[in-house]
Amino acid sequence: MSALPADDVGGPAQPLLTVRGLLRHFPLKRNLPWQPRAVVRAVDGVDFVVRKGETLGVVGESGCGKSTTARLLMHLIAPDAGEIVFDGRVVGGNDLPLREFRRQVQMVFQDSYASLNPRLTVEDSIAFGPQVHGLAHRAAVERARDLLARVGLEPRRFAERYPHELSGGQRQRVNIARALAVQPRLLILDEAVSALDKSVEAQVLNLLLDLKEQFDLTYVFISHDLHVVRTLSDRVLVMYLGRVAELGATEALFTAPLHPYTGALLASMPTLDPDRRTTEAPLAGDPPNPIDPPPGCRFHTRCPLAEPVCAQRVPAIDLAAPHAVACLMHEPGSRHSRAGTSSEKRTEE
Amino acid sequence: MSAVAAPAFERSPGYWSTVLRRLLRDKVAVAAGIVVLLLVLMAIFGPYLTPADPYASSMLKRLQPIGAEGYPLGSDELGRDLLSRLILGARLSLFMGITPVLFAFVLGTALGVLAGYAGGAVNATIMRTIDVFYAFPSVLLAIALSGALGAGIGNALLSLTIVFIPPIARVAESVTAQVRGRDYVEAARASGAGAFTIVRVHVLGNVLGPVFVYATSLIAVSMILASGLSFLGLGVKPPEPEWGLMLNTLRTAIYTQPWIAALPGAMIFITSISFNMLADGLRSAMEVKQ
Repeated sequence: MSALPADDVGGPAQPLLTVRGLLRHFPLKRNLPWQPRAVVRAVDGVDFVVRKGETLGVVGESGCGKSTTARLLMHLIAPDAGEIVFDGRVVGGNDLPLREFRRQVQMVFQDSYASLNPRLTVEDSIAFGPQVHGLAHRAAVERARDLLARVGLEPRRFAERYPHELSGGQRQRVNIARALAVQPRLLILDEAVSALDKSVEAQVLNLLLDLKEQFDLTYVFISHDLHVVRTLSDRVLVMYLGRVAELGATEALFTAPLHPYTGALLASMPTLDPDRRTTEAPLAGDPPNPIDPPPGCRFHTRCPLAEPVCAQRVPAIDLAAPHAVACLMHEPGSRHSRAGTSSEKRTEE
Repeated sequence: MSAVAAPAFERSPGYWSTVLRRLLRDKVAVAAGIVVLLLVLMAIFGPYLTPADPYASSMLKRLQPIGAEGYPLGSDELGRDLLSRLILGARLSLFMGITPVLFAFVLGTALGVLAGYAGGAVNATIMRTIDVFYAFPSVLLAIALSGALGAGIGNALLSLTIVFIPPIARVAESVTAQVRGRDYVEAARASGAGAFTIVRVHVLGNVLGPVFVYATSLIAVSMILASGLSFLGLGVKPPEPEWGLMLNTLRTAIYTQPWIAALPGAMIFITSISFNMLADGLRSAMEVKQ
């Protein structure tokens, strides 16, 4: 078990995961066959990079496409368009078949109960993955028990239990062990701690930090809890209506957000500081319907700084920048009145 | 690797032992189970249990009343001992009740799981074809098929199997579709497992139980349909003892010896209601809150 996956191809400088133009629209049922088919633009052209060894936090409101993005990354849903490159190799191509990619990337789901087969014992659930990848049953069970110990569950007490006999936190530890059993390099945590009690959540987060160190992992941490994301992440990706709004280093993004949406999200964070108590909701209303998203910048309908140009022009995002943002205010020559000043600020960075 | 030493692992009762424990607490289900067990024993050891030759007829001793000398349950229209015929009849009747359901369980589950897991066009093709069979009432379909295939036990079994595949496939399909959407199936796909492995390890274990319970409840229907086919002369042929057929031949005696005429019907009733109650108990025992 000490042997870490020695699959590193491009060295530490090469991004572990590169996502380009990821797109998935879900067609809705038509009422009448000759009507045009409406589509939900769940993920509408998403680009980002996950660096080796980092924790990339992904935040956004419900329905912004966070979970769909996670499922697209795992190819649990087929993307309509876009490319995923894992350590320099295109996923699904000759160099990296889907099956091998799925050994190197694993996922932990939000619902700890639904993600364990109720008919299998804990150790059988964990041992399933390695057996799929050719490990003998006995060796797979050994590995499962070893991993149980590493996630803080005494194998002798828990290996032959069924999921319903465990608490939510214990089950999520099992799910983490299950994900680690195939020795992945990237772990996608889709709201993995959101359903847990606060105290248990803290324990599981500490466990995740330990495991990251031990197994040299990279995390994509999807959450709606901004406090947790801030503690855990190196960089943060903000999504809005199926698109990337902002991507930057955690501290920079939390202290000086560039996108008005990020600003509004941060302002909505509950605080214990009585001087900073939020009195008004910083964001009015629900996000627009992803079936018929607004033209131009998708946020302009709720943006306090929106100008007519925002409804006409789609803001570009330059992911090469250390702090990338999709907002016309930060795009020189965009005809937004604040564009000039902001672009200067950006060059300072 | 950490050494896994000999001391025993804490084992917890598996799902099925929990179900069994709950079933044993259900008095009605236990009683029904005992009756079913007795009937099965009666079918297995029939030839050793019959007090008289079930085929020996006597024109002088026709339609003896219940309790007549030498005829504890009377005699039928040809003077054959009814008790012996009822005992031996359990064989064919149970056989005709259970076998078609068993075949249909295997085939219907296979079809249903395939349709439910594959989804899309495969699902539409299989399920719409099955809906065609659903359009006919099951009795009518069984009679029509048997009539078309010709009389005889084999053809009766075949037609009953065809009758029971659609409902079983439908249940299997809906349960499979539910299980398929669970996160643990997603997780299994995410670990790179193929469809066959996922079905074998994660789907079947969660689908077979409910489908099995449903199939058990069909045994009663199957017995009644099989008896109906024999009654119409499409199933078992005389002089073989079979409850449905006996009901048919004794119906002419309904005015002279109503109790005797009712006996085979009572056997069918007892058997089918026992299977139904057993299935009911099994169903509620399997609804373990997990």
